[in-house]
Amino acid sequence: MKDMKDNAEGYTTPDGRQIGGVLMEMKNITLRFGGVMAIQDISFDIREGEIRAIIGPNGAGKSSMLNVISGFYHPQEGEVWFRGARRPTMRPYEVARQGVARTFQNIALFKGMTTLDNMMTGRLTHMKSGMFSQALWWGRAEREESEHREQVEKIIDFLEIQHIRKTPVGRLPYGLQKRVELGRALAAEPELLLLDEPMAGMNVEEKEDMSRFILDVNDEFGTTIALIEHDMGVVMDLSDRVVVMDYGKKIGDGTPDEVRANPEVIDAYLGVAHD
Amino acid sequence: MAKRAEALGDLVSIPRLLARNARQFGKRPACREKEFGIWQSWTWAEAEDEITALAMGLMALGIDRGDYVAIIGRNRPALYWSMVAAQMCGAIPVPLYQDAAADEMAYVLDHCGARFVVCGDQEQVDKVLSVQDGLPAITHILYQDKRGLRKYDHSHLHWLHDVAEEGRAAHSRFEAELQQRSDALGLDDTCVMLYTSGTTGRPKGVILSNLNIIETSRVTSEFDHLSEKDSVLAYLPMAWVGDFIFSIGQAYWTGFCVNCPESPDTMMTDLREIGPTYYFAPPRIFETMLTNVMIRMEDAGRIKKWLFDHFMAVARRVGPQILDGKEVSFGDRLRYWLGDKLVYAPLKNTLGLTNIRVGYTAGEAIGPEIFDFYRSLGINLKQLYGQTEASVFIAQQPDGEVRADTVGVPSPGVEVRIEPSGEIYYRSPGVFVEYYKNPESTEKTKDAEGWVATGDAGFFEEETGHLRIIDRAKDVGQMADGSLFAPKYVENKLKFYPNILEAVVFGAGRDRCTAFINIDLTAVGNWAERNNIAYASYQELAGHPRVLEMIQEHVEETNKSVAEDPMLSGCQVHRFLVLHKELDADDGELTRTRKVRRAIIAEKFADLIEALYDGSKSIYTETEVTYEDGRKGKIKATLELRDAATVPVTPQKVAAE
Repeated sequence: MKDMKDNAEGYTTPDGRQIGGVLMEMKNITLRFGGVMAIQDISFDIREGEIRAIIGPNGAGKSSMLNVISGFYHPQEGEVWFRGARRPTMRPYEVARQGVARTFQNIALFKGMTTLDNMMTGRLTHMKSGMFSQALWWGRAEREESEHREQVEKIIDFLEIQHIRKTPVGRLPYGLQKRVELGRALAAEPELLLLDEPMAGMNVEEKEDMSRFILDVNDEFGTTIALIEHDMGVVMDLSDRVVVMDYGKKIGDGTPDEVRANPEVIDAYLGVAHD
Repeated sequence: MAKRAEALGDLVSIPRLLARNARQFGKRPACREKEFGIWQSWTWAEAEDEITALAMGLMALGIDRGDYVAIIGRNRPALYWSMVAAQMCGAIPVPLYQDAAADEMAYVLDHCGARFVVCGDQEQVDKVLSVQDGLPAITHILYQDKRGLRKYDHSHLHWLHDVAEEGRAAHSRFEAELQQRSDALGLDDTCVMLYTSGTTGRPKGVILSNLNIIETSRVTSEFDHLSEKDSVLAYLPMAWVGDFIFSIGQAYWTGFCVNCPESPDTMMTDLREIGPTYYFAPPRIFETMLTNVMIRMEDAGRIKKWLFDHFMAVARRVGPQILDGKEVSFGDRLRYWLGDKLVYAPLKNTLGLTNIRVGYTAGEAIGPEIFDFYRSLGINLKQLYGQTEASVFIAQQPDGEVRADTVGVPSPGVEVRIEPSGEIYYRSPGVFVEYYKNPESTEKTKDAEGWVATGDAGFFEEETGHLRIIDRAKDVGQMADGSLFAPKYVENKLKFYPNILEAVVFGAGRDRCTAFINIDLTAVGNWAERNNIAYASYQELAGHPRVLEMIQEHVEETNKSVAEDPMLSGCQVHRFLVLHKELDADDGELTRTRKVRRAIIAEKFADLIEALYDGSKSIYTETEVTYEDGRKGKIKATLELRDAATVPVTPQKVAAE
């Protein structure tokens, strides 16, 4: 198993999905906030087409790691490699243009706007017409809008949210808001999708729905997914490989089974007293 | 029979009708479906092309004459097409309820020996795959929606689109044989097989011939003057005979357009966008619509609420008369006209009922208040009485003779007679051929002369000749003192209260009646919100003392109204309880068409019934429930039992038979 993962050409998972070569690689990342070491010298990679989970107890530095990937934080040390090239220091919108989209731990939608409009904002990185023609909704802007709308409608259909297309998201229940947020991220047609606790605060049924959508996104669009999640059952079922963090350090990396058997990981989760 | 066949000419099968429509209405829409937020539409010519391609694709997969093709999914054009495509190949379509549990599905698939199964999406494919081991007859599974199915083993699994493409590619090979098979279909060949949900026992496969379906569609289309310019919204289960008659039978006979909603949740929006001219819904849908209107009016501003109340009073007074073309004073006409501009027209528009020319409700009795509400708005809502075995139509209300308490006169071509026992019998061209592989049941239901027992008790009104239904014949019984017991009669009265979703009345062979009540979560939930009553679950709300008080009032009012009928006054409800769970088809308590399964409920909740009769004030109970994914769980509750005031009467004895 282990050597299969190390194969640079990619491999096929037991359930028949194709995992490709390395898409993104984190090399010796260290992130400090003043004296606090949020991330200490962490390296791992994300391969094309896989579902990669980052887990760890509270305060382990998972969200910081995701923010490094999305370009929101800039690590003091280390390098981020994307598609075989070293990524220079970038603003988050530049990272987004490269094909990285994300959802947030606390829903960050425009509450007063409809589901459809929220998802259309996800298309922003693909819009080319200028402010002038957009304001007049003329020529290129008009053509472009119907193309983007078509793309968004496909995702609405995919996520089964047709009935809330015209509903302001502030009025929706939490589980649906999460789904709309996923929809907005998908609207950007990302190559790499970052999900920050996609199932936090959900009930069992909502979790099942969301898990199914995550698997379907990966399967249908071939999107690479990196996710942070607390629910162990979900993580172990969903992901191909798992990175375990604790106190800003990487303490485990491998398939769910390998990670589950790792004594350090068990310690971190069961809270064994360290001397 | 020969005369009937003449009226149909050479239109003796659905594929023939399709060919005629493609010639005659080639450019008119045959069906529409909302997908990706836009209404896609297909003309009759395009529909014919799709169906033929699909039929040839099925032939490429080796479909034989007489094969059974199961169709499982929500209403979508492609699934309707596969039914007709199957007919073209000489096979028999068998639509199934898509929400049926896997073992129910397995029973039906096994019983009809289906070789092909056409599914809507992954959910249904999964269900079929999970039971496939016990069903060696199944050779191919087809599906319409690809999502989630890419990784599945496709050796016997096919995307419907691919099947049609293969059919197109192979047209030179199959065209002649397909034509021959389709031409060979006659009036006596099976058109469709539908499984009745059955309030008792296993479902039975009802075989309906081309004559049954086409002749029934012809006479009923003429009855309501349907034409190719009409349109319907197809949203009721495809496995239900009504949907087959409306969306295939009548649609193919008259050439009108069938619209499929985008998803079950968008039904109301789609209804508004389409604005059908011909509409069919069970009472429950009309109830829900009315409840929603009332809830929203409760939340409306004072001026709007006053306007609504004022003009609805006007409408209730004169609306039905205007609709029936009766004499109404000029002043009232003016008031109604103003009300139409200010209230009725906008309201109908919101509900999507602006263009309705003919609307039907059937399946259950509809509350007079609900019925009158829609009629008073000027919506031509009528009642219909029917059965799967009759290809739906037994009796229906002609325009201008519509009342809440009857089901109208026998449909054209239908003979109805009432046995001395009160049971209704009918004979018509729509009468089914037989129950599939079940001669005993066929014999029990249908006699040698073609008369069919409905299992319902009723009578004809002397003055008008309208048929009135009392109850299921086998449910009508006697109480301990010999007075008549008609549970459905009382239950319907209870259900007319928006707060009560379902009621089950017991009392056969007992000295008094008792009842289980299910509250309506939407209506009671909204009431609770307005009255600042906090609740976390259905169970908690159902057990709230103020809810119980409210239900008690409803029960007592019902008792008063029941007491007015001397024959049935013994059926007043003496004690009742509000159930801690909603009765559900997944738990076997209701049929898939949401009819109460009395015997199963009585058995399952025997402890509760006992408590209703032994006078205890409360009872602790545990009930097994089935979750949507088939897992089982238990809910525990302590229920409060309440006494309801009754009106004292001297019970009348039923005449000895």
